[in-house]
Amino acid sequence: MSHTTEVVRLHVNGDSVEVGVPAHFTLVEALRYGLGLTGTKQGCDKGDCGACTVLVDGRPTLSCILPVQEAEDRQVTTVEGLATPEAVHPLQDEFDRHGAAQCGFCTPGILCSAAALLDGNPEPTRDEIREALSGNLCRCTGYTKIFVAVEAAAARRRGR
Amino acid sequence: MLRLPAYRYHAPRRLSDALELLARFGAEARVVAGGTDLIPNMKHRLFEPAHLIGLSRVDELHGIEVSDGWLTIGAAETLSSIASHPAVVASTPALAEAARHVAGPQIRNRATIGGNLCLDTRCTYYNQTEFWREALGYCLKKDGDTCHVTRVGKKCVAAHSADTPPVLMVLGAELDVVGVDGSRTVRVEDLFVADGIRNLRLQHGEILVRIRIPIRPTSRAVYRKLRQRGAVDFPLLTVVVAGERGDNGRWSDIRGVVTGLGSRPRALTGWDAIASDGRLDDDVIESLAQRAHAQCHPLENMIVDPDWRRAMVPVEISRALKALRTTTAD
Repeated sequence: MSHTTEVVRLHVNGDSVEVGVPAHFTLVEALRYGLGLTGTKQGCDKGDCGACTVLVDGRPTLSCILPVQEAEDRQVTTVEGLATPEAVHPLQDEFDRHGAAQCGFCTPGILCSAAALLDGNPEPTRDEIREALSGNLCRCTGYTKIFVAVEAAAARRRGR
Repeated sequence: MLRLPAYRYHAPRRLSDALELLARFGAEARVVAGGTDLIPNMKHRLFEPAHLIGLSRVDELHGIEVSDGWLTIGAAETLSSIASHPAVVASTPALAEAARHVAGPQIRNRATIGGNLCLDTRCTYYNQTEFWREALGYCLKKDGDTCHVTRVGKKCVAAHSADTPPVLMVLGAELDVVGVDGSRTVRVEDLFVADGIRNLRLQHGEILVRIRIPIRPTSRAVYRKLRQRGAVDFPLLTVVVAGERGDNGRWSDIRGVVTGLGSRPRALTGWDAIASDGRLDDDVIESLAQRAHAQCHPLENMIVDPDWRRAMVPVEISRALKALRTTTAD
């Protein structure tokens, strides 16, 4: 079957945009190939690895298995939307300080999962961080530096 | 990259519209709710529907409420919602626990309980890319005529791999199913047949609308899951045990369901005679566990030693029953 093109209305990182994409595109394909937002990574592309994690209405969601139409009328936040023009997100700063990114491929997805955690739970325990990031695979770090960076970002946001 | 086959997406807001679309497009259409099972399967070319009918925005498929002794859950409620909903946690904690153990957090934020009930069966030789399957000459379940698990059999042995159905079975849940010709009620254990190719007794054109669970104050249930990693993975074995706890501390109607092995969740038999006097001491638990072991014969439908999976049946049953013994009143 030849594909049809659809105009989809998305709200990404606070901007409302219309993007023409094949009707069978996933959200990550629309972000990367329609909008040029290549921060979100296409990893396993079948819902196993978590590299494509974005926030949809604040909830960590796998954009590689989300039909793009399912994101319409919802607020999408990608890694590009975590920082403000004035400053990087505390998570990004602490990932840098603690060496929590090595090859960096999993980092955008992990930052999104961690950002959602801190929004709902300003003082997570190590186990809560572990659970919140359990759907994001990292093959480099062994996770410890990631957990430490998330704890440091949480502490910083609480004003310590 | 794994591209999806081309399709048109429909996002009805009302159940009647969804049923109408399903009737109009017939075998060309499939319904999708969270899509966490169907979309990867479509990327593997296991399904290539020309039309996808999205159910996540259909109002009638949402809502979690307790009324008249029943917990009612809309089929499109997410596993995250179910895992954390106060009414579910209070009235059927084992269901919340099962929902909390499906896959990882991002999947649970999209995956629905209706989708978990309708999850396609899984097998090492099936959940692979088109390229991989073609290289092996395909299999019984999809496009081929050979079962690579049994090698000689003509019966597909792909495994039922969902976490919530065995809990719903021991709790006596009922399902409301609607088609263009009307609605019907199905007991959860009657939803499944032992056929790995398609293990659901749902007709094309029917939509699972809600799950209704009777709340019995005496009921206790425990869910346990065996998998390789503590997250993301499908179960290698799931056991659920339940019983009715009397005021005198004696148990009745001790029952168990095992899944992750064969093509449907299996209700264990012969437990009544073993646990007939209501005691759940270590000897009784050991007998129940051995009885379960005798009934379970996993095949190599996953790349994990089937002998080990079988050996873990009595271990997990025993752990579950010991946990059941210590469950307290709500």
